[in-house]
Amino acid sequence: MARRGRTQPPPEPDADPAIRPATLADVAGVIALDEEVTGLRKAAYWQDMFERYGARRRDQRFFLVAGEPARIDGFIIGEVRAWEFGSPPAGWIFAVQVRPRLRVRGLGSRLFAAVCARFRAAGVDRVRTMVARDNAVIHAFFRSQGMMAGPFIELEMRLD
Amino acid sequence: MKLQKATVFALYAVLELAAAPGRQRTVVEIAEKYGISAHHLAKVLRDLGRAGIVDAVRGVGGGYRFTGNAKRLTLMDVIRLFEEPSAEADLPLPSRDGQDIAEGLRFVLAELDAQTGATLRSISLSTMLKLIARRPWESQGAATPARRAQAGRRSR
Repeated sequence: MARRGRTQPPPEPDADPAIRPATLADVAGVIALDEEVTGLRKAAYWQDMFERYGARRRDQRFFLVAGEPARIDGFIIGEVRAWEFGSPPAGWIFAVQVRPRLRVRGLGSRLFAAVCARFRAAGVDRVRTMVARDNAVIHAFFRSQGMMAGPFIELEMRLD
Repeated sequence: MKLQKATVFALYAVLELAAAPGRQRTVVEIAEKYGISAHHLAKVLRDLGRAGIVDAVRGVGGGYRFTGNAKRLTLMDVIRLFEEPSAEADLPLPSRDGQDIAEGLRFVLAELDAQTGATLRSISLSTMLKLIARRPWESQGAATPARRAQAGRRSR
């Protein structure tokens, strides 16, 4: 039994947590995991992401989590996008996260495979993402899944 | 982007050895397989040995074996042992009047360098070996210089 005033240690992570669509009960765990990794608490952002990608149009939008609501060990979010600058429908991944101590054990690969399976079922034959140039960890992760440079180039400018 | 010979030889050797980490290959075996100079390759392998990526096994049946971490070691790690990859041209120092154009060119070429660096840092030897096994260039129908040369030799 935990003593008063002491935080109970989080349960040991499951070595092979099941991957499933996110529910409203998982959002707190997603917020906590993201905060653990990035050091920023973005509660409103993740609640909005769940509303947009976990609760609507679930045949085209996929918000998948690994773990239990009390402790989310990883998540991935993607959707089918079509006809941006002439691109035929393709799967887009725009968020992926795995609890640091569970990395290099295959959970990220399983999340990636799970969202790709849903993209295939939705009728698309390719998957895209965008990574920060200086984020070697996430860039190397997507490369290790077989992703290569695509036919689009990201451009931006300052709005002074 | 054009890599120096020593860098290319190092990439051939490291990937060849990392593909079967327990196996030893002699300098001559690797040189013959890739059609490169054994003398030059021997020097490159000594450099890779000093960097702790390969280990020389002495005696009968000796050679080199891979001792690095294929999941951690990237193409950039190997390349940087021999050169600093850069698209930046060797621009002469212009007079004051020519500095704007020179700075503009450097700015654009630096964009290429940033892209090249990010790509080379993101591909581990393990990822590279998986890519080679998948042979994605076949599905894209890309005619690589090596394949063009091979096709040319066959048609002669």
